[in-house]
Amino acid sequence: MAFLELTHITKRFGAVTAVDDFNLQAARGEFVSFLGPSGCGKTTTLRMVAGFEKPTAGQIKINEVDVTFAAPNQRNIGMVFQSYALFPNMTVAGNIGFGLKIAGTPRTDIKQRVDEMLALIHLPKFGDRYPYQLSGGQQQRIALARALAIKPQLLLLDEPLSALDAKIRLGLRSEIRRIQQELGITAIYVTHDQEEALSLSDRIVVMNMGKVEQVGTPFEIYNFPQTQFVASFVGMLNQLQCTVVDAAQGVLSYQNQQLATGAPLEFPDGAPVRVFLRPEELHFGNGHGNNELNCKIETVSFLGATVRVELNLGDTTLMMDVQNERQLELPQAGQTQVVSFPPHACWVVPES
Amino acid sequence: MRKAGFWAWLWIILGAIYFLLPLIGTFMFSLRARRDTLSFAAYSSAFSDPQFIESFGFSALMAGLTIIVSLVLIVPTAYWVQLRLPRLRPVIELVTLLPFVIPAIVLVFGLIRIYSRPPLALTGNAFTTNILLIAGYTVLSMPYMYRAVDTGLRAIDIRTLTEAAQSLGAGWPTIVIHVIFPNIRTALLSGAFLTFAIVIGELVLANFLARPAFAPYLALLIQNRAYEPAALTIVSFALTWVCIGLIQILGRGRTDQDRAFTGPT
Repeated sequence: MAFLELTHITKRFGAVTAVDDFNLQAARGEFVSFLGPSGCGKTTTLRMVAGFEKPTAGQIKINEVDVTFAAPNQRNIGMVFQSYALFPNMTVAGNIGFGLKIAGTPRTDIKQRVDEMLALIHLPKFGDRYPYQLSGGQQQRIALARALAIKPQLLLLDEPLSALDAKIRLGLRSEIRRIQQELGITAIYVTHDQEEALSLSDRIVVMNMGKVEQVGTPFEIYNFPQTQFVASFVGMLNQLQCTVVDAAQGVLSYQNQQLATGAPLEFPDGAPVRVFLRPEELHFGNGHGNNELNCKIETVSFLGATVRVELNLGDTTLMMDVQNERQLELPQAGQTQVVSFPPHACWVVPES
Repeated sequence: MRKAGFWAWLWIILGAIYFLLPLIGTFMFSLRARRDTLSFAAYSSAFSDPQFIESFGFSALMAGLTIIVSLVLIVPTAYWVQLRLPRLRPVIELVTLLPFVIPAIVLVFGLIRIYSRPPLALTGNAFTTNILLIAGYTVLSMPYMYRAVDTGLRAIDIRTLTEAAQSLGAGWPTIVIHVIFPNIRTALLSGAFLTFAIVIGELVLANFLARPAFAPYLALLIQNRAYEPAALTIVSFALTWVCIGLIQILGRGRTDQDRAFTGPT
């Protein structure tokens, strides 16, 4: 039974449809990310779950209870904001205990809970400080503790790492996941950062222009994108314009070179199609599958763990990622090389 | 750098002279109540008049009540306009500027005309007339109070703070009292100072409503005496500053400057 149910949620602002027929069922303890470019409706959807916006149509149920039009302060939902939103006039302890104080919790219980929360986020002894005395990362951890102190039934995170440095972002990312799993709390995480969504989530909802493009595990989303938008938004993607040669055998032709796709195609022979390829599926040499292309190396960027190579194919360029290792012979710009990839790496879509 | 320092100091000194010279002049004059000697005779004479304490006390009380009424009226209004009705802001700003355009004399005659006859005869006794007086003061101080509060609200991210408080279970009164008020304390204090100064010096309203306020008392004194009004001007000036200092001390926790560094930059 789903813990959080969003059914046919639609939100219009005047003539603009911000969210269009959004459906989601999340299980208890699940970590779901809303991923998409800015303006895709992910934050609006989150705000409707929080109660800050009212849906134009549809229903929101949490734990079997219809909360579609419940006030935000009646939902028992913890929320973490991009801008931390700590109360500047209160100490860290005051911030974390705020929700409990409102609920009329006895003072000793509040103190105990605050200490528990500070231990959970690894910031004990920070209770007496004021927000302005903390770094951004610390403030966001306090904000997380504040949201969790009230034992919410649902945790909402609205781009919580966007305002932080890259290094702190990474640390806090795993911290959020650890705490979420430790508490077993259901969480919705809004982000435009695909790496965050892929690394954190049990499931990802990819959104574009107010609509859900695909819902799936990070593995499914990355490896088996169902729409062109998902394919191009999540991860890098190469595109080749090909023609179907033998649909039954799954054979295409690209600039008079034959490419095998490994499976029958649903297109008629001679139809123009587009092939998508991930950069990490390409390899130098001819030992990595049936498909080979002759390319000229255009640029080589050393990124540390990977080396990104730009290949020229005449009318198009391909991106390719090579895993770094100490014995790697760095390819040189200007060289001509054979690049190969397996048939199953090809994702064929009709030419639009 | 040194040149800029010189000019800055020059302007500060010129400004200080502009403000301080009349004050010093008045002070020196107030000491000359007795021929050929400097003395505080005018002060002791002024203080010995029980009307002085009474009228100043009355004005201070009215000022305090006006500040409370203004805060209760203006903070939630400015907050709501900023949060939910940003499109109404120009209209509200225009309304708050009206007291600058409409003279106090017009306001007080309007009040007297409407509230001196049934069904709303308020000028009949002292208590209800005081209510009218406070209402009038609230209108007069509104441009200053609204601007102070509005500036304070703009300096913090009230929308997100409000939503954070809501998600933690807070209702509107809790949000305004525990989240909004404390975070615009400096703005509220400056609004309160201005209101206080306006009420202490306001002559027209109190005069026409026939209330024993400080300004009418001073005006009367000026007509009849020479040195005492000068002494009282100095004293009221000092008292006003003492009051402001007290509010400042009472309102001090951490400074707002400390708090300005929260949220992402």
